[in-house]
Amino acid sequence: MKAAILVFPGINRERDMARALKLVSGKEPVMAWHADSKLPKGTDLVVIPGGFSYGDYLRCGAIAARASIMNAVRAHAAKGGLVLAVCNGFQIACEAGLLPGVLMRNAQLKFLCKEVHLRIERSDTPFTQRYNAGDVIRVPVAHGEGNYVADAETIARLEGENRVALRYTAPDGKLDPAFNYNGSTNSIAGILSEKLNVLGLMPHPENHVDPIVGPTDGRRLFESLIETLEAA
Amino acid sequence: MKARVIVTLKTGILDPQGKAIEGALKSLGVSDVHSVRQGKIFDIELEAGDKAKAESKLKEAAEKLLANMVIENYRVEIVS
Repeated sequence: MKAAILVFPGINRERDMARALKLVSGKEPVMAWHADSKLPKGTDLVVIPGGFSYGDYLRCGAIAARASIMNAVRAHAAKGGLVLAVCNGFQIACEAGLLPGVLMRNAQLKFLCKEVHLRIERSDTPFTQRYNAGDVIRVPVAHGEGNYVADAETIARLEGENRVALRYTAPDGKLDPAFNYNGSTNSIAGILSEKLNVLGLMPHPENHVDPIVGPTDGRRLFESLIETLEAA
Repeated sequence: MKARVIVTLKTGILDPQGKAIEGALKSLGVSDVHSVRQGKIFDIELEAGDKAKAESKLKEAAEKLLANMVIENYRVEIVS
């Protein structure tokens, strides 16, 4: 695994992501600066981490999505390269056109910082192969704009192509509006690109990888990526 | 040249901020308010030969950055 973590002004979760990647893969990821026009040589995984790029000015992720490095990320994704986009990273990926839709203000207008239950919708992807479809995992969220919205046609297409990777559910894995805290359409917490090589999600799997801080439900996502890259 | 770009949410897109403002107006006793939708205004000064050129530059600005065409509409007004 040769991971590159993108760094924009205002991003603040790049170190947690680096720590998780190092812990699970044993390899130190490289930080890639937003103003660069190329990804570090040999990059096989691009990670867009969480934070508040450009202070969330204009729209969350809007300005970062137009940074120079994003042209290289789009080219990487177009060739089938893996991209993991978490939280603000998911917002950036949507604004950059790597994924459809947009993340709007949480329906209850509150910043959410809590642990949520997520149902893994499919296990045949580079990001989820170490889980089983239907598994319910506990992972924290921390966002003010995580309410996934897209037009009806896009939602129907995502659902029809099984590109919803994760949904917010009750602890037993059942869909329940009471557990869809941010009001996302169809309780969507994470979606995949057409070729399944880009995953965007609001929750933070990198927070739950080390028993020293509690559950390790996020670990298998990173193990899945390692397995995928080793098999390639 | 001075211009204004107005960005608004498309019809049908839920606007929780607008809803909250609507509720606040009602609680302040501002009557007859049926609905509130929040948007953005950008006042822009630019160099452009004529009005048509300015409009085309502002259209580019709106579509490349100021508006997210998935959820928003925009319109351009040349002020002076």
